[in-house]
Parts: sequence; C-alpha cells; structure tokens
Amino acid sequence: MPVAAAGMALAISFGVLAQPVMGSVAPIVMSAFVFAGSAQFGSLAVIAAGGGPLAAITAGILLNSRYVPMGVALGPSLSGGPLKRMIKAQAMVDFSWAAAMRGGGRFDQRFMIGATLPMYVSWVLGTAIGVLSGDLIGDPERLGLDAIFPAFFLALLLGGEAPGSRGWIPAAILAGAIALVLIPLTPPGVPVIAACLAALVGLRPKAMPPPSEPEPEPEAIGG
Amino acid sequence: MADVWITIAALIVTSMMIRASGPLLVGGREIPPRFSGVIDLLGPALLTALIVNETLGGDGSIELNASIAGVAAAGAVLLHKRSAVLGAIVVSAVVTALVRALT
Repeated sequence: MPVAAAGMALAISFGVLAQPVMGSVAPIVMSAFVFAGSAQFGSLAVIAAGGGPLAAITAGILLNSRYVPMGVALGPSLSGGPLKRMIKAQAMVDFSWAAAMRGGGRFDQRFMIGATLPMYVSWVLGTAIGVLSGDLIGDPERLGLDAIFPAFFLALLLGGEAPGSRGWIPAAILAGAIALVLIPLTPPGVPVIAACLAALVGLRPKAMPPPSEPEPEPEAIGG
Repeated sequence: MADVWITIAALIVTSMMIRASGPLLVGGREIPPRFSGVIDLLGPALLTALIVNETLGGDGSIELNASIAGVAAAGAVLLHKRSAVLGAIVVSAVVTALVRALT
C-alpha cells in the first residue's frame, strides 16, 4: 500500500528528527501511543526550539483538535456500545477517515480500521528505523517525501467520494482560503480546524416544505 | 528529559480523549438529515485545508517551497486519470525532489 510506505517515510523522518531531542525510547513510545503525525511533529518542533512542555502539549492538542469534528461525523457509523465506539475511534487518522467516507454522511468502519492497521505498523516501525539509523538517511525532504501526503490527500479529494457530494467545490475552495488566511495569523493546527467550518455550506434549510403540500404555518416568533 | 516525558504522557491521554470525544458526543444517534450534507462536505473541506497547510504552511508563515510543484504535478496526473493514486504520489515526490535539487 503506497500510503503505508509514505507513512513509513514520514515516520522515519520523525525518528531522525526526534532522536537528538528526545532520545531513543521516547519517540517510539510517542508513535506507538499518540499515533498522530501532525501532533508529534508539532510538539517536537516546540521542544526542539526550546519551548516548555505546556507549549508543546498545547501545540499537540491544537493539531489534534480536528479529530473532534471528524469523530462527530464518524460517530453514527460506528457500531457497538459507547466503549466499543470510543475504542474504534482510536483508529481515526486523516487518510483512513477520508478514504472510508461513503457519502450520505456514512463511513465504512471496517474499511477505516483495516486501512489504519498497516499504517500503525509502518508508523511505529518507521519511527524505530529513524531513531536507530539517524544520520544514515539524512534529510527526507531531499527525496521529496514531504509532498507525498498532500498529493495523496489531493487524490482522495479528486477521486474519492467527495466529487459526489453537492457543493464540494465551494466548500473546498472556502476551506483552502480559510487555511491560507489563518496560517500566518494563528498557531499551527488552528487553520485546519477553522477550515472545517467551510463544511457548513452543506447545511440544509431548516424548513423544507415538500412541494406538493401547502406551505407550513410559519413558526411563532416572539414579538 | 522530564519535560519530554510529561509532554508525551499528556499527548497520549489527550489524543485518546480527543479521538473518543466525537463518537461520545453524538452517542448512537443518527445525524439529522439537515446535517448529513455538512458531514459529506467535511471531507473535502478537511482535505483541502490539509493540502494547503502541508504544502504552503511553514512555521506560522506561508512558505513557497518545492512541494508546491510536486503537488501541482500530482494534480495534473489526477486530472488526467482520477484513479492514478500511486502514479500521482510517485510523481509528487520525484518532481519535488527534482525542483528542490535544482533550486
């Protein structure tokens, strides 16, 4: 799976960058239990720049905050009791969430978990390789690997379920514009979560009178 | 070093809570039809924001860098053939590496 390979490349670069800052064990523990690329890179950058734990934790939480609306969207598609659903939600990562979209607000939960599992293995393994090999690999950006994830997200955007949903182009353009404007103005993580608001263009009007029936009585509004 | 472990411990706990919070908030309820359009558009909105953020977003500033060329090349491949996911990914890395090497 090309995405697992891209994930591994990203994880290797995380391991290479984290080892001098965090030592050898901490980056692997982080990848195994935090399992969120952007939050890991973001908090690492804060620590590497000499920031305190509070700043690093805040950066990580902000970068992870998009999982709240993503989880709200995913929630009704998860089967089982509350505990089971909360455990399944731990398999949520950007690419498998987006790839598991099936239109009509539904997600394929088995597909999402199945897509996340190889990603998890390659993420933890890649971090370990990065930590151990360090300077041998050098700068992953030299190989252009940083373009792989945005390119994959573009493939999901153009080839996935998205083109089937009404209004996806204005929503995407609005989201991109929000992110672009906020990148220089806000801490990392905020642009992406704020851009989720662009999805509200899909909100349907509250009163949608069926064409065959007479107009419904207007709601009583005080005053 | 203690700072590193405090950060990691806090991020482990908060990541799990954040991922669990969405399904917990909506419970087992169905999304009202009014909002199903919003859920469908959350994907395109999030993906576009991630593309913009990862391609242009430096450390709190817009950064013009070689990955823009790589992602644009991937876009050209995808517009030609939407299912060419692997091709688009390979092209994006190769073009980015080439542009980076030449500039």
